[in-house]
Amino acid sequence: MSTNTSALSEAAATRPLTLRLHEWVTTVDHKRIGMLYILYALVFLVVGGIEAAIMRLQLIRPNNDLVSPQVFNQMFTMHGTTMIFFVAMPLVFGFANYLVPLMIGARDMAFPRLNAFSFWMTALGGLFLYFSFLGGDGLYGGGGAPDVGWFAYAPLTAKTFSVGHSTDFWTLSLLVSGIGSVGTAINIIATILCMRCPGMTLGRMPLLAWLNLTMAGLVILAVSPLTAAQLMLLIDRYLGGHFFDTQGGGSAVIWMHFFWIFGHPEVYVLVIPAFAFASEMIPVFSRKAIFGYPVMVLATVAIGFISMSVWAHHMFTVGMTSGANTFFVLSTMAISVPTGIKIFNWLATMWGGKIRFATPMLFCVGFLFQFLIGGLTGVTLAVAPFDWHLGNSYYLVAHFHYVIVGAILFAAFAAFYYWFPKASGKMCSEALGKLHFWLFLIGFHLTFDFMHIPGLLGMPRRIYTYESGRGWDIWNLIVTIGVVFQAAGILVFVANLILSYLRGKAAGNDPWDAWTLEWATSSPPPSYNFAVIPAVRSRRPLWDLKHPEDPDWRYE
Amino acid sequence: MSPTNIFAPASTPADSIFGLSIFVLLTIAAIFVVVGALLVYVVLKFRSKNPDDRSEPAQIYGSTQVELAWTIVPGLIVVALFLASARVIASIQDTPRPPGALEVVVTGHQYWWEYRYPGLNVVTANELHVPLNDPAHPAPTFLTLLSADTDHSFWVPRLGGKTDLIPNHPNSMWIDPREPGLFLGQCAQYCGTQHAKMLLRVYVQPREEFDRWVREQQQPAKAGGTDATITAGRRVFESTACVNCHAVSGTPAKGTFGPDLTHLMSRETIAAGAAPNTHEKLRLWIRNPDTIKPASKMPAMGLSDQDLDLVTAYLETLR
Amino acid sequence: MYCLITAEAAIFTIFVVAYLFYIGKSVTGPKPNDVLHAPVFYSVCLLASSLTIHAAVRKLVAGNMAAFARLWLLTIVLGGTFLYGTAREWAHLIVDEGLTVSTNLFGTTYYSLVGLHAFHVTVGLMALIIVALFYFAAQLRREHTERLEILSMYWHFVDAVWAVVFTVVYVIGV
Repeated sequence: MSTNTSALSEAAATRPLTLRLHEWVTTVDHKRIGMLYILYALVFLVVGGIEAAIMRLQLIRPNNDLVSPQVFNQMFTMHGTTMIFFVAMPLVFGFANYLVPLMIGARDMAFPRLNAFSFWMTALGGLFLYFSFLGGDGLYGGGGAPDVGWFAYAPLTAKTFSVGHSTDFWTLSLLVSGIGSVGTAINIIATILCMRCPGMTLGRMPLLAWLNLTMAGLVILAVSPLTAAQLMLLIDRYLGGHFFDTQGGGSAVIWMHFFWIFGHPEVYVLVIPAFAFASEMIPVFSRKAIFGYPVMVLATVAIGFISMSVWAHHMFTVGMTSGANTFFVLSTMAISVPTGIKIFNWLATMWGGKIRFATPMLFCVGFLFQFLIGGLTGVTLAVAPFDWHLGNSYYLVAHFHYVIVGAILFAAFAAFYYWFPKASGKMCSEALGKLHFWLFLIGFHLTFDFMHIPGLLGMPRRIYTYESGRGWDIWNLIVTIGVVFQAAGILVFVANLILSYLRGKAAGNDPWDAWTLEWATSSPPPSYNFAVIPAVRSRRPLWDLKHPEDPDWRYE
Repeated sequence: MSPTNIFAPASTPADSIFGLSIFVLLTIAAIFVVVGALLVYVVLKFRSKNPDDRSEPAQIYGSTQVELAWTIVPGLIVVALFLASARVIASIQDTPRPPGALEVVVTGHQYWWEYRYPGLNVVTANELHVPLNDPAHPAPTFLTLLSADTDHSFWVPRLGGKTDLIPNHPNSMWIDPREPGLFLGQCAQYCGTQHAKMLLRVYVQPREEFDRWVREQQQPAKAGGTDATITAGRRVFESTACVNCHAVSGTPAKGTFGPDLTHLMSRETIAAGAAPNTHEKLRLWIRNPDTIKPASKMPAMGLSDQDLDLVTAYLETLR
Repeated sequence: MYCLITAEAAIFTIFVVAYLFYIGKSVTGPKPNDVLHAPVFYSVCLLASSLTIHAAVRKLVAGNMAAFARLWLLTIVLGGTFLYGTAREWAHLIVDEGLTVSTNLFGTTYYSLVGLHAFHVTVGLMALIIVALFYFAAQLRREHTERLEILSMYWHFVDAVWAVVFTVVYVIGV
C-alpha cells in the first residue's frame, strides 16, 4: 500500500504546479476539502491572534494610545467574528470532513459537490469580511472593518448609528458562510445516516461520528435563526424596515433573542467536536475502551437538545421578568449535568489504564483540566444575580476564552498531532510538540487565569482603555504578557507542521496502535479510502483484529 | 482596595448577590478540588511505567452504579444552586417600591448619563446624587432606565448588579446605599466608539447634605451679575450652536441632546468622567472635544481664542 | 431534503415569531384588518398543487408519462396562479393602501414573511419548470422518480409553510 502511494506521489510531484493547484481548487474529495478547511482556519487563527495581540498591547496600561478607539473597536469585532466563523467553524468542519467517512468505512461524503460548494462559500465569506478593511465604512462613517461587536446588537447596527457599510460586510459575509455551514451539516447527517459500512449500526459507530451528527443537527437548527435575523437587519438597513428600529416601535431585545438562539447552540457546535476528539484519543492513549459509550451518546444528544433552551442566559441583564430569568437559570444549570458526566467518563477511561503521554495526550489532559474550570466558571455565570455583576465583564471574557481556547483549541491541537500522521504519512516531532504544549500552556494560563480578576473588580469588556486607580492595571499587564508565550507556541506549532511534513519519520498505517477504521488504511489514505469496504462487528474493529482472543463484540 | 470590587457591597442588592456568590464559589471550588485531584491522581498513578510493555490493561466498558452516582450528585448540586438563585432573583427583582423611595429617571446617551428626579424637579448629568439609606426609615433609590439611542448598561459594582438601558424597553433597578461616599462604575454594554469613557459617579450623601444638594439643583442658573466678561460669554453661548444641545434653566438655552449645564460647576468631572472639571480641561473640551474623547458627539465649535475664554468664564459661573 | 426543510423551517419560524411579536405594535399606518383580505382562492390553488404534484409523481411511478405531464403542468399553473395572486395583493396594498415594507411594523413583518414565502415558491416553481423542460426534451424517464419525489417534498414544505403563514397573517393577526 505505502509503496504504491509513494510511487503515485512521486509521479504527482513531477506534474506542473498549476495542474496540482487546479486539482486542489476543484477537488470534491472529502480529505482534501477537510484539509482546505483546516489550512484556512490556521491562516485565520494567526490573523485573529494578531488582532488579539493588538488589543492586549493597547490594554497593557491604562489610558494607553497605541491605537485609536475606532481601530480597537474594529479589532474586537473582527477578532470575535474571525475566531468563531473563520477559525473554529472551519476547524470543526474540516476535521469532520476528513474523519467521518474514514471512520465509518465510507469512500466519501454523501454529496461531494455540495461539500466543495460549502467550503468555497465559507471561504468566500471570510475573504469578504476582510475586504471590509479596504472597502468598509464604520460607525459614523469612520472607515474600515465592522466595529459593532461580533454579536452586533441593535440598534447600534441601524443605519442611523452605523452609517457606512462595515456592518453590511459583517452581515453578508456571515450570511454567505452560513449557507456553507448548513450545506456541510446536511452532508454530515446524510453521510452518517446512509453510508456506514456493513455491520456498523448506529450503536457501533465511533463516538466522533455520533458527536458530529449531533453537531450537524445543531447547525441546521441554530444557523438558520442567525440567517433570518441577518435578513431582517438587511431589510431594516436597506428597505426601511423596522424589525429592530427602536425609534419606530421595533425591539432591540428581539435581535438579542434571535441572535442568542443561534449563539448559544453555536458554542455547542464548537465544543461537541472537541469532545469527539477527546473521546477518540483518551481511550487510545490510556489503552482502554471509552467508559460508558451509551451514556456518552445520550449525554451528547441531551446537551444538544438542552442547548436550544438556554439562550437567554446571555440576556440576564436586559430586564426580563424574574420568571424568565429563573427559567433560564434552571435550563443552563441543567446542561451542566450531562456535561459533567462526560468529564467523569473520560476520567474513568483513564482510570486503570496505561497512559502514554505523547503530545496528543498532553493536549487532552490540558483540555480536561481547562474544560473543568471553564465549565465551573460557566456555572457561576448561570447564577443570574451573580451574572448581573459578571456578565459583560472581563470575567465573562475569561470564561468563554477558557472554554474556546483552553478546551476547544487544546483538543484541536491534540487532534492535529494525532491525525497529522494519517493525513500526511509523517510523524510530527515529539520534541517540538512538547515545546508547543508547554509554551502555549504557560501563555494560556498567564492570560486567561488572571483575566478573571479585573472582571471581579468591575472591568467591563469592549473598552479601548480604562481608568487607573481601579485596581485593574497589574492584571492587564500580566494578561498581555501571556500573549507572548501563546504566540511563541503557535510559531513552534506551525514550524512543527511544516518540518514534519517535509522531513518527518514515516508514520505507517497505525502509529498510535489505535482501534478505529481510519487506521486500517494507508497514511495518507488513497483517494478511494478503502480498497475493500470493511465489515465490522463491534465499536473497535481494529481491537478485534489485534485481539482475536478477546474481541469487543463479546462484551457489547 | 479597588473602588469597583464586586466583593465589597454597600447596598442591599449588592449584599444579596455577594452572599449568593460566596455560596456558589465555595461549591465550585469544592467540585474543582475533588475533580482536579482525581485528574492529577489518574495522570500520575496510571501512567505507563514501561514503554516496551505492550500488554493492554483490563478493558472496562462501564458501570451503571458509578454512572448513576455521578449523575445524581451533580443533579442535586444543580437543584441547590438553582433554588438559591431563584430566591435572590425574586428578592431583587420583585421588591415592591416603598412609599419613601426616591425616583430617578436615568437616560443613557452616547456617551453620557442624563438624570432626572421627577418628584423633585431636578435635571442633571453624569454625576448621580442619592441619599444615604437609613435602615430605620428605608428610602431606597429606584432608577428607571431608558435610552435615547443605543444600548447601555448601568454598573456600579459596589451598589448592585448591572441593568441595561435599552431604547423602547424601560427597565428598573434599585439601590439603598448604607455607606456615604463616592461610588464608581461605567457603562457596561458596548454603545459605540466612546463606550469606554461613559463613566459613572454616584455620590451617596447623608440626608441633610442630599437635601441641600437638591435645593441647589432646583435653582435656575445664577444670574452672573453685571460682569462684562460673563455677559459677553453668555452671549457667545446663546448665539452659537451651544443652545441646540445644551440647556441652562432660566435662560433661552433649552437643548436636550447634550447634558444640562445649569449647575455644571457643581460637578467634579466633565465628559462623563473623562476629564476633571478644571479650567484648562473645560476650555480644552470646548475648543476640541476630540482631544479628550475622540468621536464624542460634541463637535468642535471652531471658536476663536477670545470667544473660548468668554464662554468658559460664563460656564464657570454656573454653580 | 429533510435537513434542508428543517433549516428552512427554522428560518421561517423566526420570521413568524417576529410577526406574532409585532402584532398590534405598529404606532402609525394601516392596520391588518383595515387592508388585508384573505386570499382564499389563491391559497386553495397552492394547496391543491400539493395534491397535483403528488398525483403526478404517482403517475410517473406507474409509467404513465402523459398523465404525469398533465398533472405536473397543472401544478406549475396552480403555483403560478398563487404567485399572481400575491402580486395582485401587493399591488393593491402598495398603490391603493400605501402600505410598504417601511410604512410601519405591520408592513415590515408582512412583506418580509409573505415575501420570504413567495421567494421560496418562486424557486420551487423554477425547479418545476426545469423538470417540465426536461420532459419536453424527452429526457425525463421513470428512473427519475426518486429525484422528483425529493423535489415534491420541497413543494409540500412550501405549501405547509403557507398554511402556517396564512393562519398567522390572515387569521391570528387580523
